[in-house]
Amino acid sequence: MLDVDVRKRLGQTALDIRFESTGGVTALFGRSGAGKTSTVQMIAGLLNPDVGRIAVGGRVLFDSEAGIDIAAPQRRVGVVFQEGRLFPHLTVRRNLLYAKAAGSNGRYGGVVGMLGLEALLERKPASLSGGEQQRVAIGRALLSEPDILLMDEPLASLDAARKAEILPYIERLRDEAGLPVVYVSHQIDEVARLADRIVLLSDGTVAATGSVDDIFTRPDLMPLTGRFQAGAVLGARVAEQDAAGAMSRLAIPGGSLWVPSVPLPVGSTIRVRIRARDVSIALERPERVSIRNILPGTVRSVTESDGPFRTVAIDVADETGESLVAATVTANAVRDLALKPGVAVFALIKSVAMDRRSMALPPRDEIVT
Amino acid sequence: MLSDAETDALLLSLKVAFWSLLFALPVAVALGWVLARKEFRGKLLVNAFLTLPLVLPPVVTGFVLLILFGSQGWIGSWLKAWFDIEIAFRWTGAAVAAGVMAFPLIVRPIRLSFEAVDVRLEQAAATLGAGRWRRFATIALPLAMPGVLAGAVLGFAKALGEFGATITLVSNIPGETQTLALAVYALLQVPGEESAVLRLTLIAIAISVLAVVASEILARRARRGLSVDERIGDA
Repeated sequence: MLDVDVRKRLGQTALDIRFESTGGVTALFGRSGAGKTSTVQMIAGLLNPDVGRIAVGGRVLFDSEAGIDIAAPQRRVGVVFQEGRLFPHLTVRRNLLYAKAAGSNGRYGGVVGMLGLEALLERKPASLSGGEQQRVAIGRALLSEPDILLMDEPLASLDAARKAEILPYIERLRDEAGLPVVYVSHQIDEVARLADRIVLLSDGTVAATGSVDDIFTRPDLMPLTGRFQAGAVLGARVAEQDAAGAMSRLAIPGGSLWVPSVPLPVGSTIRVRIRARDVSIALERPERVSIRNILPGTVRSVTESDGPFRTVAIDVADETGESLVAATVTANAVRDLALKPGVAVFALIKSVAMDRRSMALPPRDEIVT
Repeated sequence: MLSDAETDALLLSLKVAFWSLLFALPVAVALGWVLARKEFRGKLLVNAFLTLPLVLPPVVTGFVLLILFGSQGWIGSWLKAWFDIEIAFRWTGAAVAAGVMAFPLIVRPIRLSFEAVDVRLEQAAATLGAGRWRRFATIALPLAMPGVLAGAVLGFAKALGEFGATITLVSNIPGETQTLALAVYALLQVPGEESAVLRLTLIAIAISVLAVVASEILARRARRGLSVDERIGDA
């Protein structure tokens, strides 16, 4: 679907980016300065690679050897920019209809409906909230009939409430529009919620590619995915509802988790992210403790790094399967508890730490229970 | 109220200013955009050349124009041969002089307003399929419109009052090249015409005030188009 193999020198950084995507949502993930935005600009035709090749669905957009460089307007690559970039002198309606294809393809009504833009059509961008502006920007890009949609940190300039407001629209886009999406972000919760595959960028190169679960649970990648954001992403099933306590029990391979009530029927599939900093480690099963989730397991690895923190990867297993859970603890704790691979431990996870933002419906094709 | 000669001078001034602006404005918009957006060799030189009419004595500018546009001049003989247009000692020459003298004043605000237009908006337009011309016509130009209007009004006012280059290039012929400013100058040479001078002076002041007020209104309207609309109350 999308083939990228480009090199570009930008000041001190040398970008060497190689990845492909077969459709669905591919997340370009990495810290600021890793080369995410430059990659997006090169795919969109706003920045020229020094050498390389870019193709979308078999159509070559750039090939330095063959001398192909299709101009941005002809690329059919839709972009949602971090700052929206709505045209300030045009109404929402005229922003949406800016692309030539927008008025004639009969999708206008559908896109306006999907993104909930009916009430905004006659307003000017300056009178919209940040979240509304991004919804308009998404609609505008969709209506240009792109072959692929690039979203460059579309939520980065929004506060948590605005993010929560707009994420469901992006999920609908993923599930209903059937358009391949490249989603740039350095926020694990967004990526865990939206993406099928992750391309992890670091210092201008691709450090790893893989499924969301793989990348975020690999201890060796945690220095790149970010210690404070690191954590496991697990596929789970709603196993039990406790209406009185407003709690739900999720079955994960290797155990179960009590979390704040999930408004889904028993048997539904869900994706849950357990942040490493919300996981504590005990050598014995604690008694009389408020923590609801105590999972027995075995230490798989302890990742060395500078500073006071260590990431401990724990295999949690029972007859239902096994999962990998990560815990961020201090170096002193590692020393005092003598944590090393093979040690039997209990992973303690506060239910309170797993709020609505940690849980999401997985991409549709993963729902196969 | 006005004598025929004074009415002639007023109408001629308006005609000269109108035609000089008609030709100077599109060139100024194009040049303003190029100077704001393009880097090229000799940009500094173009800038310096552009500022010349502001810093040279107007008489010198008028003399240079006379060399270029006179019936023997490069441009003058070419215009005569191809379009049968005479410049020297005709009202068309007054328009040329006014346009050249006003040009730097027109370009400057236009250039500044193009510089203020966010290039990233044009990038966004490019990803939506808009080519170079469509991006210019639908994004850059509308967003730079306050500057274009400001330049146009400033240029119009300058063209209306141009004196030195005009009188050098086309002399001071009543009914042909005698604009308002030239008429005031001519009347001042004649004793006892103080009341006529005063009338023309008041007219000049009135036109200038009108022009500035009109530009303010236009600029304000253009700005309002860019910002929040009336419905912000429900947002």
